[in-house]
Order: sequence, then C-alpha cells, then structure tokens
Amino acid sequence: MSADAVNNSKRRLLVAATSVVGAVGAGFVAVPFVKSWKPSAKALAAGAPVIADISKLEEGQMITVAWRGKPVYVLKRTADNLKVLESDLDKLADPASEGSKQPEYCKNNARSYDEHKAVCVMEGVCTHLGCAPKYVPDLNNPFAGSLGGDWKGGFFCPCHGSIYDLSGRVRQSMPAPKNLPIPPYMFKSDTVILIGQDGGKA
Amino acid sequence: MEQKTNGLMGWIDARYPATKTWEKHLAKYYAPKNFNFWYFFGSLAFMVLVIQILSGVFLAMFYKPDTALAFQSVEMGIMRDVEWGWLIRYFHSTGASAFFIVVYLHMFRALLYGSYKKPRELIWIFGVLIFLALMAEGFMGYLLPWGQMSFWGAQVIINLVSAIPFVGDDLSIWVRGDFVIGDATLNRFFSLHIVAIPLILIGLIFAHIVALHEVGSNNPDGVEIKKNKDENGIPLDGIAFHPYYSVKDIVGVIVFLMLFASVVFFAPEMFGYFLEHANFEPANPLKTPEHIAPVWYFTPFYSVLRAVPSIAGSAFPGVIAMGAAIVVLFFLPWLDRNPVKSIRYRASWYKILVGLFVVAFIILGILGTMAPTEGRTLLARICTFYYFAFFLLMPIYTKMEVNKPVPERVTMK
Repeated sequence: MSADAVNNSKRRLLVAATSVVGAVGAGFVAVPFVKSWKPSAKALAAGAPVIADISKLEEGQMITVAWRGKPVYVLKRTADNLKVLESDLDKLADPASEGSKQPEYCKNNARSYDEHKAVCVMEGVCTHLGCAPKYVPDLNNPFAGSLGGDWKGGFFCPCHGSIYDLSGRVRQSMPAPKNLPIPPYMFKSDTVILIGQDGGKA
Repeated sequence: MEQKTNGLMGWIDARYPATKTWEKHLAKYYAPKNFNFWYFFGSLAFMVLVIQILSGVFLAMFYKPDTALAFQSVEMGIMRDVEWGWLIRYFHSTGASAFFIVVYLHMFRALLYGSYKKPRELIWIFGVLIFLALMAEGFMGYLLPWGQMSFWGAQVIINLVSAIPFVGDDLSIWVRGDFVIGDATLNRFFSLHIVAIPLILIGLIFAHIVALHEVGSNNPDGVEIKKNKDENGIPLDGIAFHPYYSVKDIVGVIVFLMLFASVVFFAPEMFGYFLEHANFEPANPLKTPEHIAPVWYFTPFYSVLRAVPSIAGSAFPGVIAMGAAIVVLFFLPWLDRNPVKSIRYRASWYKILVGLFVVAFIILGILGTMAPTEGRTLLARICTFYYFAFFLLMPIYTKMEVNKPVPERVTMK
C-alpha cells in the first residue's frame, strides 16, 4: 500500500466507531441533566411519607395529617357506620369507586384495608374545587339544614355543598364529580399508619 | 454578478461576506412582484419576535422566579414600582397574542396559496416546528406571573402528561420537579422561557429563512417565477426584496404598530382574552378558579382535547387527538395531491372546504374559552371531526378537483 493511498473501509470503520463512542458518551452526559429535573432532596423530604399514630383514635373520631401539602383525613368508623356504607348505596354517584382515585386495595364499600375496615384514610380535598370537606358525624352542627333528617354521618363541603359519605363517596347530583381520593398508605402496626407509601398488598 | 467594493467595504468584504450576504438576501434577492396583503405576515412575525426579545430582556431584569415573590414582582414591581415597567410588560403580553395572530394568518396564507408544496416542504416543516416552539414559549411564559390562571392552566396541561399510560405519573413529577406545581416548576419554566426556547426559535427561524431563500417565495398565483428569467438570469416576474418589499413591508409594520399600540394603551387585557382576569389574583393551590380556560391562542386545540371523550376514565385519547391536530400539519405537503398551488386555480368547492375549515377552527377557538355544556361539546365534536377530515381526506378529494388553467406568468390581480 502506497503512502498516499486511502483505505476507505478502514476510514469508515473508524468514523463509525468514533461516532458510536461519541453518541454513548453524549448519552451518559445527558443523564445528569435529565435527572436534575427530578424532585430535589428538599422536595422529596417535603413529599416523604408521613406517620399517623392512631392508638388514641376512638371510634367516630377523625384526625387530620398533612401530606404533600394536602390535608389527609384518618377516620375510625363504628360498626354501625360500616353497615350503612354497605347498604345505603342508592344515593351515591360512584358507589363502587370506578371513576375515582384510590389504591386497588381500597376499592370496596368501606374504601379501606379489609383487615382494618374501620379505618379510612382519604385526602381532604373536595373533587370539585379543592376545598376541605368538613366531617359531620351527626346533626349537631351548623350545616344540619343542608343534610336532611336521616343523616347517618359523612362529609360536607362548605364551599359548594357537596356531600360525601363516611367512605368519602360523593352523592349524586353534587358539584363534586368524584369520590375523595385515597392516597397510598400502609399499616406499620395496628396503631401506626404510614401515609404516602404502599404496603405492596393488592 | 458580484460587485467589487473598494475602501472600507472592500477591506471588510475581503475578510467577511458582508456585501455578498446583503446582495444575496436583500438587494439581489428576487421575490415575485405580485405579493398581496397576505405576504405582510412573515416580516411582521419577525418584528414581533424582536419586540418580544427586547421587552423580555428588560422584564427579566425586574422579575423574580420564586413562588413567594413572582406575583409581587410582576403586579407590584413591574406594573407599579418600575418606571415604565407597565408599558414594557404590556408590550410583552400584547406581543405574545400578536405573535399568534400574525403566525396564524401567515400559516393561513400558506394554505391559501399552496406555499407548502414542492419545493417548499421543508420551509413548511420548519414553520410548523416554529409554531410548536412558540406554543411551548407561550405556555411556559404564562406560568411566570404566578397568578391563579397561570397556576391552574399549567396544572391542567401538566396533568395531561399524567394521562399517558404507565409512565404518566412519573413523567409529570419529572416535569414539575415536585409533587405539585411549585418553585421548581416556576424556576425551570423561567429558564426555558428566557433561554432555551428563544434559542431554539431563533435557530428554527434561521433555517426557515435559509430554506426560503434557497427556493424563493411562492406567490398568490402559485407560479414559479424562476421558470421565466431574462438574459441576466433574473426572474422576469421578480423584483428585488430591497428596496421594493422592504419599503412595502414598512407600510405593513406601521399599520400593525397602530393596532398594537391601540391594544397596549387602551385594552392591554383585551377584555380578559390577552390577560385573563383570574390572573390578577396570586396563585393559590388550594382554590381552583370557577372556570379554567387557556389563553385564546391555545383554545382551538384545547377544544379538540375536550371534544374527545375519555375512555375508561383516562383522558389519554383526548391528549392524542390534541397532539394529532398539530402533527397532522407536518404531513400537509403530502396530503394535498393537487399539483396546482394557488387556491385561485383550484376547484370552487375546495374554496368552500377551506372556508369551512376556517369556520370550524374559529368555532373550536371560541368553544375553548367557554365551560363545556352538552350542546357545546357536540359542536366541538363536529368541528374536531371536520378539522381532521379536512386534512386526512385530502389525498382523496384533492385528486378529484377540476382545476382552472394556471397562467404562465404571474398576474397582478
């Protein structure tokens, strides 16, 4: 091979090999830029799962926990409440929660874990315009006039009057279209709930 | 053809193609002599870009991309405290809407006179990319004032990302940089709005013009002027861009600026269409406004989104339809099979189809500003159907057209 003869196939191979290595390198360099868009450590800390201690929660009581800037309701229902949730389905817009947001394990009438049926965890964010619905266990409250005489407990949104049952299921013909969303959560023990993280149970 | 220069210009020209570029793109760039009203909008779009960059550079000097400060820095700082800040802000907000008005008319011109057809397919594709970049620019810019509509408009649009099956939720968190729209989102939108997308826009506009100057402008007759040249190789129906069209365009600029200034000084909010009323209230993540509507230039596509019913509780089909409404534009050069460019020499019923298309597009735009009712949704569905049928049936109906004879040379009608 003379000095000025060009070996084109070798040249093509080198160009191709260099291009591939360069492209792979560019791909690796892109990773930090793409990942920089993920929630920062601060945002992650603010969005981390929160613990709710329900050891002192009596039946019929509710506590509110803040998670990702939203109020999360933890409500412990009585045996009577649970019966009502199974039977009074005719007034509800989405009794089976088909069009509403919840983990699979809460897609039932009580909208809770089967083994902790009494405890319902839901986001206190009205699906209409995002107000916080009030927990109204009985008629001993200022909203009684809007609730009807046969009130068996539930939630009432003071902004536009949406009514939810004790599982956060909305009634028919309400401004709110869907049931209250249920965040992922798990029971760390019988009295400690971790809100924001699944137990992985289906 | 190139003129030899002496003196200072000669010194420069030996080192930089100053005279050469001037002649190639302006003084000896020959454009068809029969341009009409519709040919103002290209140069006007360029001028609006200059207005936006100039006013934007100054707004960025006073704006603070921080959720705690953004609203105040706009409504208090720029609008009240900064000298003439209100004027610069209204230039920018009116300029945004003006940009879309001008670009929609510019695109409609291409539709009328077949400017997307061979050999101008790439000009058209660069143009649609510019339109896309402009929409991204408008969307991100609208978040910056951090008003109620900024926040909830972005909320609605970013939630569309979550509608994508499987990856949607993670993707929307990635876009927001948080679980909710917050500081991270505002900051990255600010960066994209003032740095990344303007750079992309300028690059695309450069490519758009380079491609245009390679093949030359189309004209209202859709005749290629390069087919008839004189002995010097100059198109018989061409006139130099400068001074003929530079001077003509100044007339357009003056009329445009009269209208622009009228809006800036007398109706900067344009009755809630350029600046929505809800945006004069700071963003409140806990309180949704009664009625969320995007700014007017997105409403036709927003209507398409809402017109498509959700399947199994997922809004994804609507998102696909909205995307398709824009993507279909890329294929226009190949959907239209009629070799005749200008609508002047196409079948009269094609003119009716184009007219109906404009009506459907405007109805979609109007519906997008209103809350949906059953009747309106039906109307939006009909218009959406027509929008897609107009494009997707083109390969069939454009072949059935009986064209009128196309003249050899341009006419001065």
